[in-house]
Amino acid sequence: MTSSLRFLWPWLALAMLFAGAPQIYTSGSALTMMSVMGEMIIFALSFNMLLGQTGLLSFGHAVYFGLGGFVAIHAMNAFIRAKVGVPVVVIPLVGGTAGLGFGFLFGLISTKRAGLVFSMISLGLGELVSSSSFILRSFFGGEEGITTNRTKLAPFFGHKFGSQIEVYYLVAVWCFFCIAAMYALTRTPFGRMCNAVRENGERVEYVGYSAQTIRFIAFSFSAFFAGIAGGLTAVNFEIMNAQQLGAQQSGVVLLMSYIGGIGYFAGPILGAIVITFLQITLSDVTNAWQLYFGLLFIGFVLFAPGGLAGWLMLHRDAALNRELWRLAPAYGMVAPALAASFAGAVMLIELAERQLALARSEGSAMRLFGFEVDAASMGPWLIGLVLFCCGVGLTWLIWPKVTGAWGVVNVRLRARSQAWASPSR
Amino acid sequence: MLQIVVFSTLNGVLYGMLLFMLASGLTLVFSMMGVLNFAHASFYMLGAYLGFEISRHLGFWSGFIIAPLCVGGIGALVERFGLRQLHRLGHVSELLFTFGLAFVIEEVVQMIWGKLPVDYNVPPSLDFVAFRLFDTTYPAYRMFMLLTAVTMFAVLLIVLTRTRIGLIIQAALTHPDMVAMLGHNVPRLFMVVFGAGSALAGLAGVIAGPALVTQPSMAALLGPILFVVIVVGGLGSLTGAFVASLIIGLVQTFAVALNISFSELFGPIAPPLFGDLWQVTIAQVAPVIPYLLLVTVLIFRPTGLIGKRET
Amino acid sequence: MGVALALVDLYKSFALTQIIRGVSLEIAAGERHAIIGPNGAGKSTLFHLISGCLAPTSGEVRLNCERIDGLPPYEIYRRGLSRSFQITNIFPRMSVYENLRCATLWSLGHKYAFWTPLDRLRDVRERTDWLMERIGLTARRDVQAAVLTYAEQRALEIGVTIGGGASVVMLDEPTAGMNAGESQQAVALIRQVTEGKTLVIVEHDMDVVFNLADRISVLVYGRIIATDTPARIRENDEVREAYLGQASGA
Repeated sequence: MTSSLRFLWPWLALAMLFAGAPQIYTSGSALTMMSVMGEMIIFALSFNMLLGQTGLLSFGHAVYFGLGGFVAIHAMNAFIRAKVGVPVVVIPLVGGTAGLGFGFLFGLISTKRAGLVFSMISLGLGELVSSSSFILRSFFGGEEGITTNRTKLAPFFGHKFGSQIEVYYLVAVWCFFCIAAMYALTRTPFGRMCNAVRENGERVEYVGYSAQTIRFIAFSFSAFFAGIAGGLTAVNFEIMNAQQLGAQQSGVVLLMSYIGGIGYFAGPILGAIVITFLQITLSDVTNAWQLYFGLLFIGFVLFAPGGLAGWLMLHRDAALNRELWRLAPAYGMVAPALAASFAGAVMLIELAERQLALARSEGSAMRLFGFEVDAASMGPWLIGLVLFCCGVGLTWLIWPKVTGAWGVVNVRLRARSQAWASPSR
Repeated sequence: MLQIVVFSTLNGVLYGMLLFMLASGLTLVFSMMGVLNFAHASFYMLGAYLGFEISRHLGFWSGFIIAPLCVGGIGALVERFGLRQLHRLGHVSELLFTFGLAFVIEEVVQMIWGKLPVDYNVPPSLDFVAFRLFDTTYPAYRMFMLLTAVTMFAVLLIVLTRTRIGLIIQAALTHPDMVAMLGHNVPRLFMVVFGAGSALAGLAGVIAGPALVTQPSMAALLGPILFVVIVVGGLGSLTGAFVASLIIGLVQTFAVALNISFSELFGPIAPPLFGDLWQVTIAQVAPVIPYLLLVTVLIFRPTGLIGKRET
Repeated sequence: MGVALALVDLYKSFALTQIIRGVSLEIAAGERHAIIGPNGAGKSTLFHLISGCLAPTSGEVRLNCERIDGLPPYEIYRRGLSRSFQITNIFPRMSVYENLRCATLWSLGHKYAFWTPLDRLRDVRERTDWLMERIGLTARRDVQAAVLTYAEQRALEIGVTIGGGASVVMLDEPTAGMNAGESQQAVALIRQVTEGKTLVIVEHDMDVVFNLADRISVLVYGRIIATDTPARIRENDEVREAYLGQASGA
């Protein structure tokens, strides 16, 4: 009984979180944001089925998301016109099926090869579909896209899904099931062999498996779930447009998964939540938010390739053995230095943005961290530069303290595990 | 008709040369370091913008010389402080780094020069008509572009095959470890080659900027086509890149010139399905052609036209 | 007893260079057969030809009377032939247990099953535990393969090779890089796990070869110059000259 409870509690907690979130964040914009987060979680998890689990880096994953969404939206319009009694709750499945279909089709070509060639094929296919969207105007709707009205579909137990909270719960339920399904897949023979392909695609062939078949199946599943995410997006926003299957969207899902952490199942979930949050809030605060994303991505690639999940899990053993407190002083010292570098960098970027891009049209006065500054004068620039340089310098000087603290922790953890291994010492 | 053929051939070859200027640098870097530089097209864009900026203050010819050197310098710095740290983490990390870099470069360019195209013009010294054929003029600037491209290849060929450093580079292309064992500073060699490749891309940008539009999306427009060239030609093969560049350059140029719709081509046998598709002209399909070529080639020859290497 | 593995007039060239020049060999079921030869003789190439990594330029490879030349490696594996690698070729970031489990899945019939949870599959668990026990790595169950000692990695390599219950096991220099003690342990392990199976082994260590093999073939410049029992190979002049150096006084 206790072992099945141990297995169930994270899922119960997740379900409660999904159910309870709208009670805490009740505003319409919060509900919209959470709905988008749900869609992006499914999208990012589907992407990581390829990258994190099977070692396939795709630059064109948005194709399945977008095509799923477009098929879903056309289906919705068709059902409305024909007055067929299909409720909105099933529409994401339509998107998923479309994703699966295109996944089969494009997967036959894409998965013949792994590695770099796969990535380039995915890029080429992505551009192919993206460019075709300007040609096939009746399917993709040209610049305006395709619209629909979800409330016109048959009601589901009385719900017409007109309000955002109803949509949120639709997304939440689908998201929960998709997370569970994708997680379950990782615990199957197929899931494990995907990992094996990632680890050593050559050896896999010598234990009886065709690496190409595994890649193809993984690809199809991945496209299926991406299509579901696309279908949910179509339902949520009641509009689909060609941008959603383009290179930028493919880049965003890569960003989400990588920053979340591709080495852990829950990494992309974390990444989807954080990046969606940043995308929506940052764009209100600054014009340079895309630049921040790019720099954030490069920063993670250089300094934290395991992503957020990787960084958190790094502390797992220490936390379990109650050694975490040993790191606190070093972290406490390096945190202000890091904060200073960030603040300095942000200042410089915002000043540059104002001075270079906006000064001509809107003048050089701006608000920075709550202060009124003039981007044309030297003062703020000097402060920003000093902050940044001091921050970086201090971080560099204090960093040995962090590695030292970790050294102590690791020694103690190893001693403890050795004590476990040979108790008769 | 002949007029279209002649001019399209000229323009197609020119476009192909431009693509090869970019593809050659990319292939060299890939062959030697195993890194496919996503930001290569971004260096091309930087070349165009820096050329523009310098030509505004010091004239076109100063820009022609200084801009590629600047871009080469930036490339060397990127290798030294970015890629070099990532060698140990594997090729995926390097690829992702260059991917992020491409993004950042585009944003910075947008920030400094704005989202609209800039007025990078052909310099007055080259702004005349080269020749006249069948009532249409051909600008001298394009001949200049062709000349620059051909000179660049000649120099590259001479450096690679007849100088000592070229010999070392050729060796490092296939056996970097052995070259290191022989006492050469391979990391520094990588930095030099990466910088040189970036400088070539920058040079392509400096000369292409006035002819094509100089705008922040130029990297994103050319980038994927560049990768198609590399993969269709066969990863790591310079000859393959050359052949593929010419093919794609010619096919796309001809497609744009042939402004016939499919319905005019296929007339009575066109089925009533896909209504849109039949009204579409070949010119409108032109952007899609390189990718169709990519998919077709990869189905029948997964290693590309002349490729030997994979990853 | 029948012929487990037959090579019929096998040739392999790379462009203009001929590596394997007409190799014919029959290995009986249950036999332990060693292939020795100087460096560059083509031993690894021969292994690659048999296991499906390379296709022969001409000639046939027959496994239990069925032609397997030109088939991809996984098809050959499914017909009962499994090989190990000279340079350890395992799944580095997976644990010992997970490595072995991957080797058992296909032969237990689970193939591409994406509908059954692995934890519920008792046959997989039992076989993997049994495998782990046989190669002596039960104590290192959850250790990442990449951090095992070299000898442990080689044992794991053997474990992955035999995991699917193949009837013909090919080992490529299993004791490469080991000291005398480790080699002895490895030989004992190999003898144990290939009981009742056909073993083809490439080796440089003569002690291992003479200890383990029922018959030895000597490969020189892509041709087999002798196939015989260890005792007679030891006395064969041609072998001594080609492989052991100039014919020694005795």
